[in-house]
Amino acid sequence: MSDLPRFNLPARVLHWSMAALILVMLLIGVAMVASLADYHVLVAVHRPLGLLILLLAVVRLANRWRHPPPTLPADLPAWQQRAAHASHVALYGLMLAMPLLGWAMLSAARDPVTLAGPFVLPPILPHSPLAYAWLRALHGVLAYALFCLVLAHLGAALLHALIRRDGVFASMAPWRRRRSATGLQADA
Amino acid sequence: MTLLHDLTGAPAGTTTRALCLRLSAIGAVLAASAGTFAYAGGWLSPGVLTPARLVDRFEQVNGPHPGFRRNHAKGLCVSGSFAADGTGARLSKASLFAPGRVTPVEGRVALAGGQPYAADAETTVRSLALRFRLPDGEEWRTGMNNIPVFPVRTPEAFYEQLLAARPDSATGKPDPERLAAFFAAHPESAKAAALIKVRTITSGFADSTYWGLNAFRFVAADGRATPVRWAVVPDKEPAPETTAQAARTDRNFLFDDLATQLRQRPLRWHLIATLGRPDDPVADATLPWPSDRESVDLGTLTLTGAEPEASGNCRDVNFDPLVLPDGIAPSNDPLLSARSAAYARSFTRRAGEEKSPSAVAATPARGADL
Repeated sequence: MSDLPRFNLPARVLHWSMAALILVMLLIGVAMVASLADYHVLVAVHRPLGLLILLLAVVRLANRWRHPPPTLPADLPAWQQRAAHASHVALYGLMLAMPLLGWAMLSAARDPVTLAGPFVLPPILPHSPLAYAWLRALHGVLAYALFCLVLAHLGAALLHALIRRDGVFASMAPWRRRRSATGLQADA
Repeated sequence: MTLLHDLTGAPAGTTTRALCLRLSAIGAVLAASAGTFAYAGGWLSPGVLTPARLVDRFEQVNGPHPGFRRNHAKGLCVSGSFAADGTGARLSKASLFAPGRVTPVEGRVALAGGQPYAADAETTVRSLALRFRLPDGEEWRTGMNNIPVFPVRTPEAFYEQLLAARPDSATGKPDPERLAAFFAAHPESAKAAALIKVRTITSGFADSTYWGLNAFRFVAADGRATPVRWAVVPDKEPAPETTAQAARTDRNFLFDDLATQLRQRPLRWHLIATLGRPDDPVADATLPWPSDRESVDLGTLTLTGAEPEASGNCRDVNFDPLVLPDGIAPSNDPLLSARSAAYARSFTRRAGEEKSPSAVAATPARGADL
């Protein structure tokens, strides 16, 4: 009945709150570019939410650096270990890159990056329509890439939770495990 | 142990049936997530009007003009400032309305339509777009036209009207039958068109009144909101078109005249806000407000210079009507969000395209005789 290592509480809180925020953000993003009626409201939420995700991602990386996550089970095939590592690098990279790209592209377009009320972020790039065009395209492509990564992450997490039952999902689960890994395996 | 057990890493004790069930459950979760995303992105409703389809319609009607705005394609950059009277401060907390405040303004005069090289014509709708640069990065952008009401109420009607009013290649005029069918389906547009038709057409950009058309809300420091529509009204006594003007062959005479006038002296307009009452229509830009509504002079717009569109100036600014400072808020007019969305799409397309020089050149072909 060994107690498998878990992510620390801040890591779990950040993971699940950011999971919700990023999913909402992806849905807002894909909806707003296709919407006439709701475009303005969605964009007005998209900007401050993006900044919030950027700030949370920085906090999360700092926490991860101070409190390294539990290691993956030794019996996980090497290619899956590598895939897990690479997809996490990509997820963290996109969590940081997407808000920065959005901020940069609006800066290049010389559009004010309004957060709420009179609060406007300063531009981080000089005015350049061509830079805007590239960054805008990249923001869109990477958003689809992030959604695909989120799906892959969700699929892998469910595989660990429902099929492998190896404690990987449990290490990030918001609830505490009621039974040990051996107990789960025994009744499967 | 099956191949499926090997692939998924399932413990040996898991029955194949349980394994298949769980894999199906995972597949269902992933499919539902992807489906939600596709639904949000409008992929499951291909008939719905989107910003991209609206801009496509402009390209369909006007032909390809890469690098140019898809509407109001022919234009000239202007610059100046706005000096507040202070009368607006009781209505809106936006800092540009504070007494004595002078706010730098950049803008663009243009002719409606997606043809960047069309010859100037008196009856073409003229526009004035402004970008007020407030302290701390705030901006107010507004696009106004020299028509008292907007021809359509919804973006969908706008989309239909673009095609209905498309000039026939043989006659150069819209197909009367198609236009009649559009007006029959949109009586509000027929009424608006009648109001637009009887407007006074002045001699040029300098003596035109430009209406903001959509309703907004001014929000005061105490939170009180007032429905408003604004217009800039020229100081210059409006002069009707002269016969000499009508005979001019200069393809850019409206723009050239403005550039010449601005070289001689600054031009002034008053920014007038009309205050709506609670029952006044705010979500229908085809309907004028009753003429007895209170008007407030918010201050003086002074334009001091003009320059041709070039890299980094008004050419590369998206005059999105929903770039608003704190103290000005949108109404629930459906055209506002639609304009914001369509302008963004048009801006994104032209931003990445090769640029050609504007038809409106630095040195006017004529105008010294003014």
